[in-house]
Amino acid sequence: MKNSTKEKIINWVLFGVMVIVAFFMLVPFFWMFSTSLKAVGEVFEYPPKWIPSTFHWENYKKVWTVVPFGRYLLNSLVVSSSITVLHLIVASMSAYAFARLNFPGRDKLFLLYLATLMIPGQVTMIPNFILVRIFGWTDTYTGLILPNVFTAFGVFLLRQFFMTIPKDYEDAARIDGASRFYVFSRIVVPLSLPAVSTLAVFTFVFQWNNLLWPLIVVSKDYMKTVTIGLASFQGMYGTSWNLLMAAAVMGVLPSVVAFLFGQKYLIKGITLTGLKG
Amino acid sequence: MTLKTRESVAAWFFLLPGFAGFLVFVFGAVAVSFFLSFLQWDMLTPAKFVGLENYVRLIAYDKTFHLVLKNTIVFVLGTVPTRVILGLLFALALVRNIPARAFFRAAIFLPVIIPTVAAAMVFRWIFNADFGLMNEFLYSIGFSNLPRWFSDPKWAMNAVIILSVWKDVGFSTVLFMAGLESIPSSLYEAAWLDGANKWKSFVYITLPLLSPTTFFVIVINVISSFQVFDQAYVLTGGGPGNATNTIVYYIYNNAFQWFRMGYASAVAWLLFGIIFVATLIQFRYQKKWVYYE
Repeated sequence: MKNSTKEKIINWVLFGVMVIVAFFMLVPFFWMFSTSLKAVGEVFEYPPKWIPSTFHWENYKKVWTVVPFGRYLLNSLVVSSSITVLHLIVASMSAYAFARLNFPGRDKLFLLYLATLMIPGQVTMIPNFILVRIFGWTDTYTGLILPNVFTAFGVFLLRQFFMTIPKDYEDAARIDGASRFYVFSRIVVPLSLPAVSTLAVFTFVFQWNNLLWPLIVVSKDYMKTVTIGLASFQGMYGTSWNLLMAAAVMGVLPSVVAFLFGQKYLIKGITLTGLKG
Repeated sequence: MTLKTRESVAAWFFLLPGFAGFLVFVFGAVAVSFFLSFLQWDMLTPAKFVGLENYVRLIAYDKTFHLVLKNTIVFVLGTVPTRVILGLLFALALVRNIPARAFFRAAIFLPVIIPTVAAAMVFRWIFNADFGLMNEFLYSIGFSNLPRWFSDPKWAMNAVIILSVWKDVGFSTVLFMAGLESIPSSLYEAAWLDGANKWKSFVYITLPLLSPTTFFVIVINVISSFQVFDQAYVLTGGGPGNATNTIVYYIYNNAFQWFRMGYASAVAWLLFGIIFVATLIQFRYQKKWVYYE
């Protein structure tokens, strides 16, 4: 009894500490939103006002009219979802071959795939940029999408997961005359939904936040993604903090909404895979 | 066709779409990049083979490279221990049954998933020397000599580090929480029956059993910290001077601002070498402190 009272007191002390931690974690979000609604004069007021005296929603409209923000959002959506879908298709097919089929040199080839995980993306970035230039893919969706589809991590993750699925289901279907592709697409992939969807979520988030690759293959405004759109907007409106923060809010909003809906799932995914978003 | 050949054919049917892409964008790109690192090439005039010159220049003469290497190491040493220690402390609090723990976990994890670009824009405003929230806060708790975050080389890197810790500490926290939750509670009960106090069970049960997670968190954090770019690009532009210029930023500038494709490739391979050695050292020393059941 005495012990549990002590535990309760500790929990409330920790609660107090975490309130302070949460305050520091969330203040930047609040400050971003608050600044985004201020008039120009109010931004530089002292002492700073937490809540603007009037809400200037037109700041958002202004950002939307000086840069094609809708277009940036659309580009990010097209690019991130295309990479995700294509990556899932090629990674799951390769993973199935590595997990279930025997062919000469299989293990050596798999090791070679794994070895590429150690090589930082900056090594392949330069040749891929040159290739994109040669094919005339700068400022195109193809140039933004294609070089990012092929990474070994998804192959590795899915192979490990496929190996844990009992072979019996597949054998039974094969005896009934099902093709390998049928077994793969109707049995193995559906049974691996937790791993497949985790990979999907993380590929999408990672690509949505990608800055470096769009930065080097895109120069035309209408092909910019949200990340480089924000970066170039900052270049143009360096000290118009209210407009900059309105743009930042719009850049953050899709991620925050996705997070609120899929939070449990994202966190489970991280602990399942140790993947970084 | 024998059964075996048929299986090989089937395997290649599944492998081919991915393999074709890998051949070009990964294996091919790695080979080309290695080859490029021995060239001098600006993409306009014909390339010139220079042997090891790029590497020799980088290692022996290029003062800027030495500086960006030093900056990157300072960044790694500033972020990794902070993220690991704070992540562990947050996780230790959050695995307990404290009130509103789901809310706290969400608050700590939220910055992880937002674009670094947007986060850096907000911190550029927060660290603004005259009107920023940070100096406002420092002033209110009694500091009078307030840092000019972006024009003082001493402080600019600190700003980049603070942003990076804020942004990614939630990642370590979540991993540590999973590690802590996988330690069987029966061990703590047994230790308690044997008269061990809280501190002793933390040192002799929690830390050793958590060590594989700790090792993993450190390795992942070191690898990603060596590749820092977004924060510096948006928050400081590498400045003032080159005070927050990093290795990846230097690759970016060499390749895509100054069109020194060969030189930039050599920097990229040196970065790979550094990350490889750093990871290798950690794997070597893990026997000394990582406990596997």
